[in-house]
Amino acid sequence: MNSLPRTAAATVGFPDARGRYGAFGGRYVPETLVPALDRLQAGVERYLNNAEFQAEFNHELKTWAGRPTALSAAPNLSKRWGAEVWLKREDLAHTGAHKINNAVGQTLLAKRLGAKRIIAETGAGQHGVASAAAAARLGMPCVVYMGAVDVERQSPNVGRMQLLGATVVPVTGGDATLRAAIDEALRDWVSDPNATYYCIGSAVGPHPYPYLVRELQAVIGREARAQMLAQAGGLPDVAVACVGGGSNAIGLFHPFLGDTAVTLLGVEAGGRGAGLGDNAASLTRGTPGVLQGSYTLILQDAYGQVRETHSVSAGLDYSGVGPEHAYLMKSGRVAYESATDDEALDALAECAKFEGILPAIESAHAFFGARRYAQAHPGARILIGCSGRGDKDMPILQRTLLKDLGR
Amino acid sequence: MKAALAAAPRDTVSAAIQAAAARGRPALVGFLTAGFPTRLKFKDNLAAVASVCDVVEIGVPFTDPMADGTTVQRASFVALADGVTLPWILEELKSLGERHAAPILLMSYLNPLLKFGLEALPRAAAAAGVAGFIVPDLPFEESDDLKRALDREGLALVQMVTPVTPPERLAMLCRDAQGFVYAVTMTGTTGTPKGATEVPPDVLEYMDRVKRCSNVPVCAGFGIRSREQVARFAGHVDGVVVGSALVEVLERGEDVRAFLRSLREPP
Repeated sequence: MNSLPRTAAATVGFPDARGRYGAFGGRYVPETLVPALDRLQAGVERYLNNAEFQAEFNHELKTWAGRPTALSAAPNLSKRWGAEVWLKREDLAHTGAHKINNAVGQTLLAKRLGAKRIIAETGAGQHGVASAAAAARLGMPCVVYMGAVDVERQSPNVGRMQLLGATVVPVTGGDATLRAAIDEALRDWVSDPNATYYCIGSAVGPHPYPYLVRELQAVIGREARAQMLAQAGGLPDVAVACVGGGSNAIGLFHPFLGDTAVTLLGVEAGGRGAGLGDNAASLTRGTPGVLQGSYTLILQDAYGQVRETHSVSAGLDYSGVGPEHAYLMKSGRVAYESATDDEALDALAECAKFEGILPAIESAHAFFGARRYAQAHPGARILIGCSGRGDKDMPILQRTLLKDLGR
Repeated sequence: MKAALAAAPRDTVSAAIQAAAARGRPALVGFLTAGFPTRLKFKDNLAAVASVCDVVEIGVPFTDPMADGTTVQRASFVALADGVTLPWILEELKSLGERHAAPILLMSYLNPLLKFGLEALPRAAAAAGVAGFIVPDLPFEESDDLKRALDREGLALVQMVTPVTPPERLAMLCRDAQGFVYAVTMTGTTGTPKGATEVPPDVLEYMDRVKRCSNVPVCAGFGIRSREQVARFAGHVDGVVVGSALVEVLERGEDVRAFLRSLREPP
């Protein structure tokens, strides 16, 4: 561990005026998108903390998206791990994951900015489903870009998006997963920067997106913090979240940054091993570089070419990570580690069997990280961000866990 | 060869474009993806492009070419699969027996340049005869570090402007432009065919606006693929960039020189 002070001031003030979190962040986009980002920035400044916007946002979250989500005690995992385990149940949110918080907020913003259509990228399909649902509710057309590999492995979500009125465009270029989907969404946006609103799904991309997504997702941590005080009688010793692009993690962590006694732990996708291309652990194995609008930590080769990644979970299968996470790691405020495919699947099976909750494979990475933490810290009070539900993962669970059960 | 008083490399770019314009025609800037369709053919293809064009733009392939349409994406992925890297491109250029008369620019996304190292890049590029860079994902506000580095060798960082660039921003971008101003003809990615081959009057008006702002030559680019289009731009800009159409000619194995000449004169 490092000895950097874990003070609120060191982390809460970011981003700066240029969209930087320390050295990370910024805005690396084609010139065509600069005016669009300027407009977005102005819109964020005008509306995000505006009372009328906040009232509508909170109303939608409460009456349509099902917030606040529950904080559940996990008595059986607690017993098994020798710890006190609490789950923040984003799996109970409308459409099945935390993604809806951001999608509702951004589509409300898009409407105010006069956009005529919404585009989005999706990996596991959760952000695509959330965007499609939010766009349907606001009466806006929605196009979702999704890597062809993900279309196949998260097929239940493709049909959901279509039923919600969205057009799903499979992306075959590049790695045909989340990164290629973002590239394609950016190309769409470059072609129509005035009338199209790009609803980005994670705390990644050019400024002000990482900030905007964090602010919209911080409801997770604010609720969890208040619920811990009310239900558990105190703050957790550690809060654990999975990290792909990092939106649920930043949403859970941010309200705890000032609570210096609370350890924050992000868990990345360790895939099938440590080699370049075998995982999606951009923070723990990446190096600094520019990808998709932001200077952050990325998985790249010696020539600055971005490497394909591997993870059993489509939602974490990404070569970069939100710039604020890169900063929080360098500053020492948040610790990051990884869980392999097998470890995540094992943790998923355990949670399903002993708590009656089927978490998403993404979220299962956090469960494994929490179990490992409990082994090293007996009796710890642990808050796990259960970012989504695993229904969408049935095709992959059929091929892995259920196959092993001989079904 | 290099006299003490020789112009900075970036000035050779402006000069080559102005020389063509002085002969009463828009300068031709030709783009090819390095090592496409094969590494083996790179020098030959480069020579063919350089023999007709006034300036040559060499594309450094990248895994995430967010500003490029399908043609250049495809060429980039083929080149990467064939092992093309920035150091390889610079070595190839350095080993040319004789430098081409047409100045050479490298078009690269930022990350391969960062990985090469902004300390080492200007010297290595100048030694390879490169006159400057075009970096499509580097907006003005983030460009200080690269610009300062390239300044050491007198290399250009070419600025792009677009039809949606607001007037004050256009003035600001043109004020510091080096080599030429790259005026993107439309909102979109490279090679996008919009309205086939016509050039709408509002695009020409926009080019005139850019021209009035700029102290260096102005070249129009994106989606230019026919002699009719080039003729339409004449008198409004100093040059045109031909990229995807040229890459498609390379892809089909057709005659590069004949295609490029056809953009200037009737077949």
